[in-house]
Order: sequence, then C-alpha cells, then structure tokens
Amino acid sequence: MSTSTNSDGEQPRLAVTDLSKRFQMHVVDGREVVGLDSVEFDVAAGEFLAVVGESGSGKSSLLKCLHRTYEPTDGTIEYDTGDSVVDLATCNERTILSLRGTDVGYVSQFLREIPRVPAVDVVARPLRESGSSPEQARETARGLLERLQLPRELFDAYPATFSGGERQRVNFARGIAPRPRLLLLDEPTSALDPETREHALKLLRDYLGDDTAVVGVFHNHDVVERVADRVLTIDDARVVDVRPTGGEST
Amino acid sequence: MTDAEPESLEELHDPSSEGLEGYNYAYLDEHTKREVRRATLKAISIPGHQVPYASRAMPLARGWGTGGIQASLSLLGPDDVFKVIDQGSDASVNAANIRRLAETTADIETTTDTTAASVIQTRHRIPEEVLTDDQILVLQVPVTDALRRVDGSDDRNRTRHAHADYSKMWVALYESVVQWGEVDIGARYPVMVEGRYLMDPSPIPRWDVPKLHDADNLFVFAAGREARIYAIPPHTDVEPLAFEDRSFRVEHFDEEACDACGSTDTFLTEVEGEDGERRFACNDTSFCEKRQRNSDCAKDDHLERSDIAWGPGTGIDPNGFVGDGGEDI
Amino acid sequence: MTFLDADGLTKVYGEGCSACLATTGPEYDRNRCPECDSVVACADVSFEVRDGEVLGIVGESGSGKSSVAEILALDADATAGTATIRGHGDVLDADYQRRREIRDEHLGMVHQHVHDGLNLSFTGGGNVAEKLLSAGWRHYGDIRSRVRGLFEETEVPVDRMDDSAETYSGGMQRRVQIAKAIANDPGLVVLDEPTTGLDVSVQARVLDTFRRLQREQDVATVVVSHDLSVVRLLADRVLVMRQGRIVEAGLTDRVMEDPHHEYTQTLINSII
Ligand SMILES: Nc1ncnc2c1ncn2[C@@H]1O[C@H](COP(=O)(O)OP(=O)(O)OP(=O)(O)O)[C@@H](O)[C@H]1O
Ligand SMILES: [Mg+2]
Ligand SMILES: [Zn+2]
Ligand SMILES: [Zn+2]
Repeated sequence: MSTSTNSDGEQPRLAVTDLSKRFQMHVVDGREVVGLDSVEFDVAAGEFLAVVGESGSGKSSLLKCLHRTYEPTDGTIEYDTGDSVVDLATCNERTILSLRGTDVGYVSQFLREIPRVPAVDVVARPLRESGSSPEQARETARGLLERLQLPRELFDAYPATFSGGERQRVNFARGIAPRPRLLLLDEPTSALDPETREHALKLLRDYLGDDTAVVGVFHNHDVVERVADRVLTIDDARVVDVRPTGGEST
Repeated sequence: MTDAEPESLEELHDPSSEGLEGYNYAYLDEHTKREVRRATLKAISIPGHQVPYASRAMPLARGWGTGGIQASLSLLGPDDVFKVIDQGSDASVNAANIRRLAETTADIETTTDTTAASVIQTRHRIPEEVLTDDQILVLQVPVTDALRRVDGSDDRNRTRHAHADYSKMWVALYESVVQWGEVDIGARYPVMVEGRYLMDPSPIPRWDVPKLHDADNLFVFAAGREARIYAIPPHTDVEPLAFEDRSFRVEHFDEEACDACGSTDTFLTEVEGEDGERRFACNDTSFCEKRQRNSDCAKDDHLERSDIAWGPGTGIDPNGFVGDGGEDI
Repeated sequence: MTFLDADGLTKVYGEGCSACLATTGPEYDRNRCPECDSVVACADVSFEVRDGEVLGIVGESGSGKSSVAEILALDADATAGTATIRGHGDVLDADYQRRREIRDEHLGMVHQHVHDGLNLSFTGGGNVAEKLLSAGWRHYGDIRSRVRGLFEETEVPVDRMDDSAETYSGGMQRRVQIAKAIANDPGLVVLDEPTTGLDVSVQARVLDTFRRLQREQDVATVVVSHDLSVVRLLADRVLVMRQGRIVEAGLTDRVMEDPHHEYTQTLINSII
C-alpha cells in the first residue's frame, strides 16, 4: 500500500490511519459486515483525491466515516483545523457538529432537505447558518446555481419536483457554498450531462480556490483524470492503490 | 363594637330582655358571631384574600344579602348607627327589611344619612359621601371570585390565587380590548389588592372602584351563599386591572345632570318619570336629597379636610386616574 | 454552552417498589413492574442540550418520549432525576412559583394535542399574548405588535390574529403554538410530535419555519417524534428510547445510517 505525505513534510489536512469499519447486523443473526479494512491515506491542503472502486467496495463508507455518519470501528482520522489536529474518528460529537458545514462539507448522492423550501434557500441555508445575512446568502446561492446552469425559473421552486440532475446541482451548490476546508463528494455529478458536469467541475476550482482538500468519489474515468491530483482505489474494503493522475495503475 | 354585648347567659336567654324578643342579641348566636368576626379579622389581615366561614341560614333567601347581614350583625353593638342601602337607595323593601331586623334584634339606631352611620351595609354601591375611619362599609357579594369570569373551577382558581397567577384574567382583558376596543367590564371590575390578590369588588359600578384605593374606612365583603368574607382595610393599595396604555375608566355621563338636584359629579342612573320621559337622577338617594337642599354640599362637607380622593368628582383628578386610553388596535 | 443538563430522569406511574427499575426495560421487553404493577414510563434518562442545538428523541409508541418531554416542560413531576437549566439550577426541584416563572419565561412547549397547547375559545393572538402577559407584559400596544411580529415570523396570516383559534387549520394552530413557544425568547423549546395530524405539505412548512427560527434564535430544542424523518430533518443528535430507557444515542445521521443497537436497527429497517 502506498501512502503519500506532503512533499514538504508538513502536517496534511487529513491523515487517515488504519481505518476500519465493521457493521454488526443484529437483524441478520448478528452477522458482521466489513465496510472498510485498515485504510490509510492522507490529503494535503488544496489537494484533490479521487476515490474509485467497484460498486460495494466501500467508497461511500469511507466518506461517511470521514463525516462520522458512520462511526469508525478502529483507526484514526486526523484533521488539521489550522489550530490543532482533531481525530474525527473519536472526537466528541459536539466537535463534529461544529466542524460540519463550515469546516467539513459533504455532498451526498441524494439531496435530503425539508420539502417546500425553494432551491435558492436550500443553498443559502448553510451560509446563513454560518453568519451571512439572508440577502447576502441568497445572492451567493443564486450565483452558484447560475454557474451550474440551473434554469432561473427553478430558483424559487421546490427541489422535490426537480429532475435528478437539477436536484444534484442544488445539492452540489449547497455543499460547496460555505467553502469548506475539507470537502467530501459522493458522486456529485453522476446525474449531470457532460456539459453541465464541466460547469460543475470548473466551479469547484474557481469557487473553492486552492486551499480546500477534496476527497471525491467519481465513476467517470475522464473526470478523475482531469480533476484529481491523486487517485485512491478501493477494492473489497481495502485500499489497493494510490497513485498520481496521469500515470498507470501499479 | 363588641363591648356592649349582653353580659350574662340569663340575659341572653331571657325572652323578655329588652329588644331581643326571644332571639339572641343581634339575631345570631354568639358562636356564629364569633366565627364571622374571626373570619373578618383574618380577612383584614390578608387584604383581598377570600376567607371561608360557616355561613348560617338567615330569615331571608340566600342571594338577598345573607352574607352582608351576618357580617353586619356580628359587628353591630348597641351604640352603632346602622344604614342599609340597596343599589343606592335606602328605601327598597330589602333595605328596609334588613334595617328592621337589626333594629329589633340589635337594639340599634338606624339612619339614612351616610355621614351619621357607623356601619353601612350596601348592595352594588359605595356612597357618594366620603367615608371615614370611624365607619365600616359592608358590601353584599353574590360572586366572590373575580377569576370565575375566566375559569369555572374554584379549585384551579384557588391555586391561581395562592400563586398570584392571574394571566388568564389578563388574557380575558386582552380579548375584551380586541373585541370591543376597550375592557368591556361594567360592574364587578377586577382589582388587585396590595399588589397581591385579585379581588372581585362586588357588583359596584366602575365609578365606585377608585374609592377602594387608600380609603380611610374599612371595607368588608361578605357572601352568604358562597360563605366567604374578604376585606380591604384602610389605606390599602387597590388598583383596577388595566393595560398601561388602556387605562381604567369610570362611566361618564357626558353633559347629563341629576334631574332632581342638578349634580354632575355623581353616579347617575336613567329613570322614567311619571310623564314617561327618561331622565337622569343620582343613584345615591340620600346624598341627592342633601344636594337638593344645598346644591353646594361637597362630598366631603362633613369633614374638616377637603379635596379628599374619593372617586370621580373629588380631590383626585378623575382624568388623572382615567389615563389617556385610546390608541390603535 | 450547555443550556439543559438532564440527569437520571425517571417517571414511575403507580405505587412503585424497589424492584421497579431492575425488572423493567428493553432487556425485559416491558415497562410494567411485575412486582407492583407500576409503569416505568422513563428511567435514568440523561442528556445535555446546548444553545442552538436540537436533540431528537425517537422511539415507538409508549417508549417514554412524551414522559420525558412533559418532565422537561415542567408539565409533569419526575419520580427521580434532575434537570439543570443554566442560571436556574435544578428546575425539577423548584417550588411551584419558580417553576411557573421558568415555564413562562425560559421554556416553550409545542404540544402534540392542540387542546393542551392552545385555548381554542381565545383568539389566536390571545393565545400568544397569554405567554407575554404571564411574563408581565402590561402594555397593550406592545403586546399587539409583538404578537403581530410572531405571527409574521411563524407565517400565520396576521389578518387572522383576532379570530378564534378554533377557526384555524391544524397547520395554523401548530404555528400559533410555535409562536407562543418562542414568544418570550426562551432558552429551551420542547416539541412533542410537532407534525402529527398535519397534512404532509403542511408538515414540511411547519418544520421549515421552526428550523429557521430555531437557528436564528439559537435556542436549545428537544423534539420528540415517532417520525424518524422529522427527527432526521431537525435534530443534530438523537436519543432512541425503548421501554422507558435510552438504548442508543448519537449524531442523528450516524444513528439513522449506522445504528448499533439491535432495536435501533429494527426501527430503522422498518421504515425504509
Ligand atoms: N399518565 C400515565 N399513567 C400510566 N402510564 C402512563 C401514563 N403516561 C404514560 N404512561 C405510560 O408510560 C409509557 C411511556 O409513555 P409516553 O407517553 O412517554 O410514550 P411516547 O414514547 O411518547 O409514546 P407515543 O409515541 O405514543 O406518543 C407508556 O407505557 C405509557 O402507557
Ligand atoms: Mg408521545
Ligand atoms: Zn341628585
Ligand atoms: Zn415495582
């Protein structure tokens, strides 16, 4: 297994060591299911790490462990807040709550929102919650949705009636809106047509600047090659390869 | 007023004893009087708080002042001068009956002159003439609890009184202003006594409510049917419930004056004359007669001081009390 | 900062005996004491809620959720336990007078049953005004403008303010309860089944309104619901209750997506 550290040897934004996740399925005779097995990698500030692997290999489990939506069974997830290093695997839940949204962003595959909230407000919410004025938040939200080519007439409509791709754009905009320092993306462009996807990927770099560390699950090989700095391959719950983009799998 | 009571048991039981005609002095047995006095003393010690007592059957139907009579008869001694008024009038049959009962059983003098009485029993009014620290006003009470307007449960209301929880009453005032633009309560206007107990002042008009505040005399409120006594001792703080910007107001009679005496500073009631015409007249008939004899007679003419605060048209500026009111809803 | 610290909340209905706690709970699959027949509605329930935080309590019918809510709202006495509110000490220990003060000025409650939360013969505005009046507001104009503002915030049509609450729709009544709950800027709001009985589309708007206000005002919140999606949308952390006990606690998404306890797994599986 290859683990890369920053070339200059500084503390990476995220350092994952020996991370495992096992599920105890009480409902199915207490059977144990392994989601992740001794995963190790790190990501530097400004770096884009793509995660690839077959369906069911553990990609989403990894992102969810990083987000603490899954509680890791073993291992550490060291996140550098700038002031200190926090182990996301074991730290207090309150710490997780305070990091979420502003520090750690997560774009899931599915939009989960209170129905009957207009798209622009869905996107503006995390901004408002981190202190922007309602107008300023909506302004930024509109800008993001525009860049994602969401038809203007949908801005004030409820996402519940949107197409899969439209909904995904709202979700995407919401995730990046507060400019998190660590962004977790789970197939954020899977339902977008190639042209819209281009806009989304371009927005990612333009909007986030070069400080955000990104861990993104992507299916599309071209996308990975274009946006990622390195690619991590998972197979059957284990990391089987980490390599820079442009090269061949070892 | 208890020092002139009969002194011996023989005297009590002697049917020929002067004025008693087979009854105990002041009609009530001594035990009952003591019970009522005890309740009255307790009521005076806790201004505005309703004190239960063992109400007796009286030779009148309940609801005709049986509580007031028990309170009056327990207070009266042979040296007292007693006045009874019923809605401002000394002449009503009920007032006359109560007066006669006291006269025959308690051997006392009666009067219709407010200033000459030491004990005044009244229903629905406080006299126009200023009462003094030598006088006791006994008010007949049909409904003892101001909170019953908002909750029929005496149990719950007792808990509210215990903890001075009057928010339900305040909501009722709020709703009243929403609906009518003002607090729509005529008689029985709820008052706070000494900042502690919410009290029903009995069905006196709003006109009389300010007289309860910082008065020289003692007010005793007695209910026969509900068997409760409460009191406002002299110089007690009594404040009608009102919003800061919707102050309490008394009734106003615009340009009207008493048809008989010409007064414009008394509580007027509309009456139908023999000619079928409606006109206004003083509700307090005894004071009206004084005014008819002497139109300059002030409400505090019998006192050495003047400008004594005693409701509208006296030393206090009624406008000061009434406040500014009116404002958008 | 921690606003509410609940420790060992216990409510036993009935005589109670020394065996009550040891013979009930999820491992016995019962909440009725076999010795004395008392019902252990909740036992040893402990948690903390911070300013601005939403704690969800989920569990099946009869698991003890509402009992916890009632204790917190000071509507019911606890058999044991303490509830410490910042600046006020253990409020379960307070005498009637202080409890009322705390309930009037520092707590807000949205009841499952509208009759427990509103007096339907009063106007909608009057119901909200009651809370202000309890806290000592005595200026009619100020009360009116505050009630109007609260109606706007909770999106109840202001022109219905002076209609009897009886004539309101279920969603409006729930909103009026919310307006009432937040009227005195409380530090803690307790919602018991905030959406049950409401039309799905109405549910969503009520939730959204509440969440917005909750975040804006940074109020600590406890939301009790048997509807996991409600808790998922509102709560930061969640307690799972069964037979009066907490069987699992954690970040809401963690409990929903990575349930550890057997019961939680069954609960989650049964809704998906
Ligand atoms: N007043 C009471 N007397 C006796 N038992 C009670 C009382 N109130 C609640 N219980 C019992 O306590 C247990 C917990 O009740 P509680 O109302 O807290 O449940 P809940 O989780 O809110 O349920 P639901 O989802 O149905 O509202 C139940 O077994 C219930 O029957
Ligand atoms: Mg319940
Ligand atoms: Zn006259
Ligand atoms: Zn027991």
